Amino acid sequence: MSNDVKDSEVAFVKVEGLAKQYRSDLPPVFENVSFSIHKGEFICIIGHSGCGKSTILNALAGLEQASRGGIVMDGKEVDGPSLDRGVVFQGHALLPWLSVEENIAFAVRSRHPGWSRNQVAEHGARFLKMVGLAGAEKKKPAELSGGMKQRVGIARAFAVEPKMLLMDEPFGALDALTRGVIQDELLRICADTRQTVFMITHDVDEAILLADKILLMSNGPRAHIAEIVINTLPRERQRETMHHDPQFYRLRNHLVDFLVHRSKKLQETRDLKAAYGEPRVVRPGLDSLKVVASRDDEPPTNTPRRAAAGPA
Amino acid sequence: MDKTLKLRAGLLSCLLLLVLVGIWHAATQVTASGGDEALDPEYAMLMGLSAESERSSGFPTPGEFASSALGHLASPFYDNGPNDKGIGIQLAHSLWRVAAGFLLAMAVAIPLGFVIGMSPLLYQTLNPFIQVLKPISPLAWMPIALYTIKDSTISAIFVIFICSIWPMLVNTAFGVAGVRKDWLDVARTLEVNPLRKAFRVILPAAAPTIITGMRISMGIAWLVIVAAEMLVGGTGIGYFVWNEWNNLSLNNVIFAVLMIGLIGMLLDLMFAQLQRKVTYVE
Repeated sequence: MSNDVKDSEVAFVKVEGLAKQYRSDLPPVFENVSFSIHKGEFICIIGHSGCGKSTILNALAGLEQASRGGIVMDGKEVDGPSLDRGVVFQGHALLPWLSVEENIAFAVRSRHPGWSRNQVAEHGARFLKMVGLAGAEKKKPAELSGGMKQRVGIARAFAVEPKMLLMDEPFGALDALTRGVIQDELLRICADTRQTVFMITHDVDEAILLADKILLMSNGPRAHIAEIVINTLPRERQRETMHHDPQFYRLRNHLVDFLVHRSKKLQETRDLKAAYGEPRVVRPGLDSLKVVASRDDEPPTNTPRRAAAGPA
Repeated sequence: MDKTLKLRAGLLSCLLLLVLVGIWHAATQVTASGGDEALDPEYAMLMGLSAESERSSGFPTPGEFASSALGHLASPFYDNGPNDKGIGIQLAHSLWRVAAGFLLAMAVAIPLGFVIGMSPLLYQTLNPFIQVLKPISPLAWMPIALYTIKDSTISAIFVIFICSIWPMLVNTAFGVAGVRKDWLDVARTLEVNPLRKAFRVILPAAAPTIITGMRISMGIAWLVIVAAEMLVGGTGIGYFVWNEWNNLSLNNVIFAVLMIGLIGMLLDLMFAQLQRKVTYVE
């Protein structure tokens, strides 16, 4: 606990006043985006298409320049891509002329140019095994299924051992079953490595399963971070059991409600003061009274006994 | 299914060849046997013919062609002075010129294409030059080359160089400019240095397009070398064709034409093989 307090004092990544304007005659896509990420935290960002989530991620990666504002990671300003910020691309972005192990080795060799061939191969094999792909080393990406390709992408990003992992809707193109399996793997790996992750998703359940903090973005243009939702579910949550926790539906309802109603309303009735202030930090999982009062479609799983056991 | 298709196609090809040879044979048979007066034997000897020759058509029959072709193939590398060399030596001369011109063009076109493909500024700058120079028939360069270089062999190589450079240059630039942004982003996030990025990411990504350019260039080079050698003379398969035409030896001309086709096919197959090696499935 004392560790958490120390972490919160010095944020690992600090994003301040970020804005992106593609054309001067149009309003910025997003503006005044500020948040911080602590070491070992898993952050998900949710918002409708066009609110600039990917641009924020690319700015964090250093692949794209923001129009205003700045990003500091570990005390240094982010002004270009770096091995310290690994990216898992939406379209996996494996090099198709290289085999799976060569793809990983390419990344490992970039991180450790001095390593011998054996060292590189061993290191890569460890991460391939971690994502459950031992045995597919010699295959070309084209011979793999979508889920396997995305796993290679994840293994490649983990293999360079970045300080922060950035994921742009990594599971968007996968079927629900495969997605679940990989989510579990990701959860396990992140727990093992205490990896700091920033991830874009459209899937509310995915966000609740994976994230410690969920950033909610209002609709673009002039999008901003409207709320920071703290995931109060215990960290060792599991896909099979987490929906038994009463907090789950409160969280889920809050997020869905935001995406369906409030993100749009926020954009229409924009209160400038609110937009430029700090985003609200909410804990809808714990806030049972308010949620019950505002929503009458509370699921039947939310029995009093479980509710009492939930937040403990 | 695929196998039987290939087999049937092969059989049909053989059949077609037989039919064509048959037509050739029929067309070159003597039709008017007793038309003109027999030649005066003495005049015939003077003309290098024998009085018994009853043929009126100068075009060789398939049989005559086959025996002369076998003769050429039996000793392809003899050398009896400037105008009497084996077909192998002539082809080797042509291939050597093509190789020299092609390699020179490659050495210029691929690095230059790389730079043009990477830099929109250079692309825009050089584009008008490329567009003007590209459609010029390589043979039109010949007088300029002969005047400035003054050496016929090097002029021929220059002509091959100038005709092979464009498809390679344009294709390389196109391939390099079209490398997927995702792959470049991967290289950027991995902090890959420029040289490694060029050889490990851009080159393999653009390789299929580059090889296609090389394949087109080689096809053009092999077309042009025959014409170029007819002009510069001395050696080579183009010169051989022209020389045999002057000798009125259609037999040799047909044989040379056939060899040009076969070698051209082999060169193309070589590049097709290379292309298969670098092609990747996305």
